[in-house]
Amino acid sequence: MKYSAVSLLREGLKGNLGWKPVWREPVPKPVYDVIIVGGGGHGLATAYYLAKNHGITNVAVLEKGYLGSGNVGRNTTIVRANYLLEANEPFYSHSLKLWEGLEQELNFNAMMSQRGVINLFHSDGQRDAYARRGNAMRMHGEDADLLTREEVRAHVPFLDFDNPRFPIHGGLMQRRGGTARHDGVAWGYGRAADSRGVDLIQNCEVTGIRREGGRVTGVDTTRGFIGCGRLGLAAAGNSGRVAAMADLRLPIESQVLQAFVSEGIKPFIDQVVTFGAALFYLSQSDKGGLVFGGSLDFYNSYAQRGNLQTVEAVMEAACAMVPAISRVKVLRAWGGVMDMSMDGSPIIDKTPVEGLYLNAGWCYGGFKATPASGWCFAHLLATGEVHPLNAEMRLDRFARGYQIDELGLGAQANLH
Amino acid sequence: MASLIQCPHCGLRPKEEFTIKGDAAPVRPAAGAPPAEWDAYVHLRDNVRGVMTEYWHHAGGCRRWLAVTRDTASHSVAEVRDASEYALRHAETSR
Amino acid sequence: MSASRFAEGGRIDRSRALSFTFDGRRMGGFAGDTLASALLANGVMLMGRSFKYHRPRGLMSGGASEPNALVTVGEGSRREPNLRASMVDLHDGLVAESQNRWPSLGFDLGAVNQVLSPFIGAGFYYKTFMWPAALWEKLYEPVIRRAAGLGRATHERDSARYDKRWAHCDLLVIGAGPAGLMAALVAARAGARVIVCDEAAAPGGRLLADRVVIGDTDGPGFADAALGELSGFPKVRVMPRTTVFGWYDSGVFGAVERLDPGKGGATERVWRIVARRAVLATGAEERPIAFGNNDLPGIMTASLVRGLAHSMAIRPGNRVAVFTTGSSGHETARDLAALGVDVAAIVDSRTHVPEGDRAASQGLQVLSGHVVADARGRGVLTGIETIDRASGRRARIEVDALAVSGGFNPVIHLACHRGDKPVWDGGRGMFLPPAARDGLAAAGSAGGVLDLSGCLASGAKAGRDALESLGFPSAHTDIPTVRDAVGGSPGFATLWHVTEAKGKAFVDHQNDVTVEDLGLAVREGYGHVELAKRYTTNGMATDQGKTSNVVAIGILSEARGLTPDQVGTTTFRPFYTPVLIGALAGPHTGPHYRPVRRSPLHAWAEKRGAVFIEAGPWLRVSHFPALGETGWKDACDRETLAVRKTVGLSDASTLGKIDVSGDAAAAFLDLVYTGIMSTLPVGKARYGLMLREDGLVMDDGTVSRFAQDHFVITTTTAAAGEVMAHLEFCAQALWPEMDVNLVSVTDQWAQITVAGPRARDVVARVVADDVSEANFPFLAARPVTLHSGLEGRLFRISFSGELGFELAVPARHGEAVADALMAAGDPFGIVPYGLEALNVLRIEKGFLTHAEIDGRMTPDDLGLSRMVSGKKADFIGRALLGRDGMQREGRIQMVGLVPLDPAGRILAGGHLLNPGASPSMANDQGHVSSSCWSPHLNSTVALAFLKHGRSRLGETIVVWDALRGLETSARIVDPIFLKEVPANPPPLRSHPPVLATADGRSSVIDGLTTGSEKVTRLGILPDAPIGLLIGPGASHSQLELIAAGGDGVARKVAPGQVLAVGKPGEPFGTFAGRLADGLPKRCRLVDLSDGRVRLCLDGERIADVLASQTGIDMGADMVQEGFSQPTLFGHVPGQLTLLAGGVVEILVFSTYARDLAQALRHTIELAEADWAQVKIPGSG
Repeated sequence: MKYSAVSLLREGLKGNLGWKPVWREPVPKPVYDVIIVGGGGHGLATAYYLAKNHGITNVAVLEKGYLGSGNVGRNTTIVRANYLLEANEPFYSHSLKLWEGLEQELNFNAMMSQRGVINLFHSDGQRDAYARRGNAMRMHGEDADLLTREEVRAHVPFLDFDNPRFPIHGGLMQRRGGTARHDGVAWGYGRAADSRGVDLIQNCEVTGIRREGGRVTGVDTTRGFIGCGRLGLAAAGNSGRVAAMADLRLPIESQVLQAFVSEGIKPFIDQVVTFGAALFYLSQSDKGGLVFGGSLDFYNSYAQRGNLQTVEAVMEAACAMVPAISRVKVLRAWGGVMDMSMDGSPIIDKTPVEGLYLNAGWCYGGFKATPASGWCFAHLLATGEVHPLNAEMRLDRFARGYQIDELGLGAQANLH
Repeated sequence: MASLIQCPHCGLRPKEEFTIKGDAAPVRPAAGAPPAEWDAYVHLRDNVRGVMTEYWHHAGGCRRWLAVTRDTASHSVAEVRDASEYALRHAETSR
Repeated sequence: MSASRFAEGGRIDRSRALSFTFDGRRMGGFAGDTLASALLANGVMLMGRSFKYHRPRGLMSGGASEPNALVTVGEGSRREPNLRASMVDLHDGLVAESQNRWPSLGFDLGAVNQVLSPFIGAGFYYKTFMWPAALWEKLYEPVIRRAAGLGRATHERDSARYDKRWAHCDLLVIGAGPAGLMAALVAARAGARVIVCDEAAAPGGRLLADRVVIGDTDGPGFADAALGELSGFPKVRVMPRTTVFGWYDSGVFGAVERLDPGKGGATERVWRIVARRAVLATGAEERPIAFGNNDLPGIMTASLVRGLAHSMAIRPGNRVAVFTTGSSGHETARDLAALGVDVAAIVDSRTHVPEGDRAASQGLQVLSGHVVADARGRGVLTGIETIDRASGRRARIEVDALAVSGGFNPVIHLACHRGDKPVWDGGRGMFLPPAARDGLAAAGSAGGVLDLSGCLASGAKAGRDALESLGFPSAHTDIPTVRDAVGGSPGFATLWHVTEAKGKAFVDHQNDVTVEDLGLAVREGYGHVELAKRYTTNGMATDQGKTSNVVAIGILSEARGLTPDQVGTTTFRPFYTPVLIGALAGPHTGPHYRPVRRSPLHAWAEKRGAVFIEAGPWLRVSHFPALGETGWKDACDRETLAVRKTVGLSDASTLGKIDVSGDAAAAFLDLVYTGIMSTLPVGKARYGLMLREDGLVMDDGTVSRFAQDHFVITTTTAAAGEVMAHLEFCAQALWPEMDVNLVSVTDQWAQITVAGPRARDVVARVVADDVSEANFPFLAARPVTLHSGLEGRLFRISFSGELGFELAVPARHGEAVADALMAAGDPFGIVPYGLEALNVLRIEKGFLTHAEIDGRMTPDDLGLSRMVSGKKADFIGRALLGRDGMQREGRIQMVGLVPLDPAGRILAGGHLLNPGASPSMANDQGHVSSSCWSPHLNSTVALAFLKHGRSRLGETIVVWDALRGLETSARIVDPIFLKEVPANPPPLRSHPPVLATADGRSSVIDGLTTGSEKVTRLGILPDAPIGLLIGPGASHSQLELIAAGGDGVARKVAPGQVLAVGKPGEPFGTFAGRLADGLPKRCRLVDLSDGRVRLCLDGERIADVLASQTGIDMGADMVQEGFSQPTLFGHVPGQLTLLAGGVVEILVFSTYARDLAQALRHTIELAEADWAQVKIPGSG
């Protein structure tokens, strides 16, 4: 049923008893044209665009938990397209454009809010690096502005501009960046995919990948064998484990990243602001909670929980950037398992196994990429060809020496 | 167990005294090894859910590199060895 | 009709009246009151407004779980929103204010939302506000954001101070109720190290809240006796007002202690508690029941009503009813009646009320088989409607207070913080903690034991079990007999919600989630407990669902036809209750966010009026302003010209300096550099390039050879830490069989650059050795003696492209030598210069920094392919450098750019486009990495990276910099702008030598503040030689023996590395001589006398000060005199040693000394303010 103010009014008057389920709970068919492993944002978006852009609806999304139980429901909801490298920026730029029409496209309010993203810098060297990045964004037609210290102050007057250690010299701003309601994105894509005939199958964990003559024929799951023509992996932090079922080793380590939300307070900060002296990013949700996060815990982990020392390091950065935040209480911390690639950039590509396709390596930038990731992965699954937007995001780029290293940190997963 | 690490030289220490490099399983190939071996050494990982050995550096203490064998699901630590001792033994066993 | 205070009773101190204000209204309370109890005593029932519908709310469950009574406390920079009135200890002058209401708490326009409630139920916002799209940011969202949130936070800088501390114990007891106190007593009596945390100001838990008789005393009496006994054990620490907020891996617990800010110390202190065992004795929360209008002020949980009456002497109302499914309600009724309160009725959902409960409420009207369907009242409770479930008859009872008990939920959060799920006990209708794990076990009500004697017994058992598992002798402990505790059987019947309700039945009171909302979630397919939570926001408020989660699970299970364990719980995560962000940051804020490293020449530069800038961990000199100069650029031009024309002096001390020694040192360097270092002659230096294993450039620097088996290498300031860690990895993990020692000597040496045509004349006046071109040619690197007799090292290297020397002397002499060089250069007009000038000088010569080495560059990109040896079979990065992508045609290559119009501006960060090409990533030809104004060429010059760059010299390119509105045409040139060979004029008539004589550490300890004399003293130990003993020639124990020959204490750093300290005043030579006798072959003593500063702490309570700095357990048995280990002090590395007389020595890296001294001073101040605080009864 279509969502609108009218339907709210109508159902409200009828005691809200008439609302229909957002998606069916189908029994798995014996075989699908395409199976997508992972019912998170990327998997659901891929299913939606397979149906919408390519007319392929005999599709199943297999989710071991509940829909959106992975990183799409445990991130800091930041949406931006402020990348330096040609291999990345056009992809994220396309993603941002898809975000801008998402609610109307999905008939589901994911609360995409373009409140602007400001990356602070604290030295001449950082300013030059951001200038190089901002010019690259401009070259691709994205919006980017290099703000002076005073221009930053005009936007966010309560930052610690004269921090004794890291005074703020200015910032790089992307006005069209912002935040979205993470669960809403998963639910919106799920509902839209379901309405186009895609089977969303929850509580269905993949336990094996079957191959015949080097070609994928289907997957063994906790709900039995399910056949497929093509198999797409969008398992984020569990990519390595699923790929191993097809005897693949990936340039990926799974690591835990913590994020935090404060108790609800009246409007405190409008923009998304990131600190330049340490990895730290802050915004405020529509519900009033300050949403923020920092660095990884830096060790391999499949446990969705973090470490107190990392918590303290994040809070130190918070107070260094916004001294007033010291008097706000942090309500909840959670951990997501990040598929950290060896150069910090993702992989959307075929694999050496025929019929097996990979969407992984999102590090902690996966949320903003959700629409474009689905768009491009759907293209790959439908046509067997890599989409021009992710032409460089290849699995073999490391072996060939074509790594996409935005930060220039080298082949160590936890540095990205 | 990742909040504290039992440094074989310094005793029980908090995580902030350490930096972490990653999987300690890959062994540096011999000079002249084929490119695929080097690619695997530098880039490809088993990324196991379960027991693995990682290189940790006690940068805020004795500055020794350690081989920390821990469970990536439960975070319990099975063993912490000095990296030299580990590397010498590991190189043999994995050759 | 409302709450009031009994004329007598309670644990409040009626002799100490306190005054406070709520929404501007002045009121009175007593010491021992919480804000909530004081408000009730003043008849204030209405304490807040709900999140969505702005419904009037009063105190509901009290304590840590309170969802309704949220207030803002404090003003200005101390303003703090969303405090639970039940957790705020009343103090005189307290200013509190209600939240989320306008214009006033009594009359709130937001209440209009109640009318709209049919249309703004769960998740309504996902279904609307989409048309027109443009209105979302402009209209819909701003309105939603203004409506959302609860309290308003200040934007002012927080003026409070926070502390952080480590604690270590055998047993941590969480919660000092009956079970916790018994566990603590058992452990304390057995001699264990025990920490007891209780979130209340007065430990005791239900002992203070219930009317019980234990042995021959009452609850409070028992608690006071237990706390008194515990305070007698030196190894026991009882911490009231301390909430354990999280259980982390490896037995680490996070706790936050609320201190008395009045003492001028910290307002809160976060503890990291390392516990070998822990007892979870956090009790149980009473479970509310969802019935119509169950949120009216005046409706409270039965145990809250009982507790307020006993401990705070609060009369809940004049006429009270009880709605219960178990014995708690009857106990409350009994106690209220005993206090003379009119108990109208006890509505018990059970048709068969157990005998014990009937006995408790004897003489009172018990309506068994009845439920309360709806509460009535406008803004405050005036009555209830009951239903006789047998007949279905409704009846009204006029009351102004209602005590509700739907059973109990054990407080099991911490036990589930590490991933384990609670266990549903269908028989008892409770979620119990998961099985004991990793040393944490639940006891008492937290473990599902609801009766008092059971709690005492289970607490004692938990304590005993923990100790036995640690190998402590188990001592028998008698369990005191309990009389007159709970009315009868502690059981209860399960009743999630009253289906007959007409009004809104609230589950999550703070977020306004109703039974209806949960039903809607199920209908729409969000029935999974996690989806239901996220869709309805149940359990996502500041109380994290302490009163609502289990009820919601029960309602979901009914709606879905499942059992509660099939529905399952949402994930428990830290924080148990919200924690101030500032408290978690602790002292690491403002100037102490991260430590500052200061060069040995920092004070020298300060005296010369230098302007400093941040450079990684360092403060470095930007420039030295001179009179009449208008800005940094004037100074920069002057300094630059002086260096090229005559001579300049700058500080190179921040460069990383690594001492590399051992038989395999040369072979090792061959493996880590791209070039060949083994052929380097002794006494010479060579430029070196280091790759990462992925074949890209990591860093560049110099390698100098002082002996066959002894090198000193330098790194860039920026990459020093990364390179040291990398080399240590190579030596320890890649090639452990190699005999190579790596020692950072960055802090040991002050390194001074003298550059310019007259550099030799200047150096010759200070250095005694012959520094003539013949004797000291380019790239010479040798130990030298100064005219003053001081030993140093001289390097003929240059980062400015001029004739240049770098003179390294022990750090303490840096200032004197710099002064001497300045004096020696005076006749030539020497100027000191900073980073800005250095940057111009190096760009003019095409030298690199990390602006060029950006982590994506191959040696060839940087024009350095000649530095990559083709002869070597292996070196780090060799293999992967060969990959196609690294060798491909069309990679960017470093070139120089000069604007066609000399006045044209080029800034780093601009991109390159072919003339006429439209800006697009496809057309992007590269970028500018560095640029500056060259006063010699009178033009901007820039270093850039351009596709096919080296083959395009002479062409024109456009620097496109839309970000800064620049588009500049430039000529592509060789990156070396100044081609001239450095001027190397013959010496002028010789000037008399200048002696660098001054001594001491002034440049290092300048500005170091020493601590208060009251309790703990911070000082500097007498100067003594410090050396690091290294080398494979001896066993570690041998080295320790030799090191002990210094001052008697061997300071172990790592296997094969021991620090030795000589006698005060002893010259290093003498010291080295003394140790040399015992020194085996291939062992070396590296002089670090200037690389470390000997700070010390003595006096009392040193352990408390250290506990704020390091995670080392200072209470461990091994920590005796002579104990020595390297560790982090806050974020600063150093070596901690216990000297005779309880003096603690801290050998801190000298460039960090000033910073650490300030941090220690800060810690001592906080600690002493804390010690000055009134001791809380029972605190250890």
